[in-house]
Amino acid sequence: MNIQGNTYTFIYSSVMVIVVAAALAFTAIQLQPYQENNIKVEKMQNILASVGEVTTPENAETKYKEIIVKEFIINEKGETIEGNAFNVDLKNEMKKKVEERKFPIYQALKDGKNYFVIPLRGKGLWGPIWGYVSLEEDLNTIHGAVFDHKGETPGLGAEISTAEFRNQFIGKKIFKADTVASIKVYKGGKNAAINAGDTEYGVDAVSGGTITSKGLEAMMLTNLSDYENYFKNNKK
Amino acid sequence: MATSKKILTEPLNLSNPITVQVLGICSSLAVTVKLEPAVVMGISVTLVTAFSNFIISLLRNTIPSRIRIIVQLVVIAALVIIVDQILKAFVYDVSKQLSVFVGLIITNCIIMGRLEAFALGNKPVPAFIDGIGNGAGYGMILIIVSLIREFFGSGKIWGFQIIPDAFYNMGYVNNGLIILPPMALMMLGIIIWVHRSRVKKLIEK
Repeated sequence: MNIQGNTYTFIYSSVMVIVVAAALAFTAIQLQPYQENNIKVEKMQNILASVGEVTTPENAETKYKEIIVKEFIINEKGETIEGNAFNVDLKNEMKKKVEERKFPIYQALKDGKNYFVIPLRGKGLWGPIWGYVSLEEDLNTIHGAVFDHKGETPGLGAEISTAEFRNQFIGKKIFKADTVASIKVYKGGKNAAINAGDTEYGVDAVSGGTITSKGLEAMMLTNLSDYENYFKNNKK
Repeated sequence: MATSKKILTEPLNLSNPITVQVLGICSSLAVTVKLEPAVVMGISVTLVTAFSNFIISLLRNTIPSRIRIIVQLVVIAALVIIVDQILKAFVYDVSKQLSVFVGLIITNCIIMGRLEAFALGNKPVPAFIDGIGNGAGYGMILIIVSLIREFFGSGKIWGFQIIPDAFYNMGYVNNGLIILPPMALMMLGIIIWVHRSRVKKLIEK
């Protein structure tokens, strides 16, 4: 058959597309269980990391069962509602009306103290960013935080997931007077927040990652404000 | 017919994909802020170039010339997606670090360039070696640039702090400009300049 002819070209491209599609579909289906498990384990690791418990993918599940004593869902008014908190998908919840949203809380018991882990989700520069922040029993002081992202630029916006960045959040407050004010990011070097006289709420933004840092600031404010009623009712 | 050794080593120097052919500039600006992603990117590109060269070279006598670019793209895209899926399933951490750049390997001009220039006219084994050589030539430049950028931009190498805290206390500040892409472009320019002035063969009349 003539290799340059139309018939050959059509048959060639059809066969190629089918073969490639089959190969890709096969790979994707074979690997899917591993990938889903990775995501589940990562979520557990993130929740644990926000209360300061470092785990490996291997021991995350056991540690999670040990430390997270309670998972529950609240609504916007702060009342507990029914449901499985671990499977609540924040991405879908954010699309609903505020009154219908489910807000999960993970309660951890570590070294005799209770911590409340709140999941976060927001926008970075290129795509979604998310994280978990753990609060102490006063529901005001941040005990720890972890952040992650889908596609922020490595070395710039992606730095929000480093230990250096998240450690700045420890000890910061989220309430200003009676409302959730959350944290604020400052540009201009390591001491910018201190120079601005804001040691209670201020953290240093990522150099070269201003939009990601601002997105993170907005994410914390929106998500934490949703829990305001619950925090006020249960504050100690 | 060039010897295997020549095919392997020429892209490192005389026909380096970045400094001589000036291909693959976009990704070399994006992933060179830190050393670690640069190394992983270099390895991934090397693997994809080698295997797509090999496959295209195997098929070279059957591909209708009118749709050869499409066939090349399909092969590259399929390989990259498989690599991405495998990374996600077995080395989740690394795949997260590289995030979008794995997908962007598809658009790397070096791979298409090698398929057009070499794989379509040579046997599979030399084509495979050519892919390794060009991937290595690309990775080498990435490593040089990222070493300099990570050192001056964040005071670290491979994530470990190299510049001691005492320097910062004395008022030393990391160079913020070097983290941004324009400085990477300038550094590539300087590397090309140095390379051309040292290698006589590359000097144009």
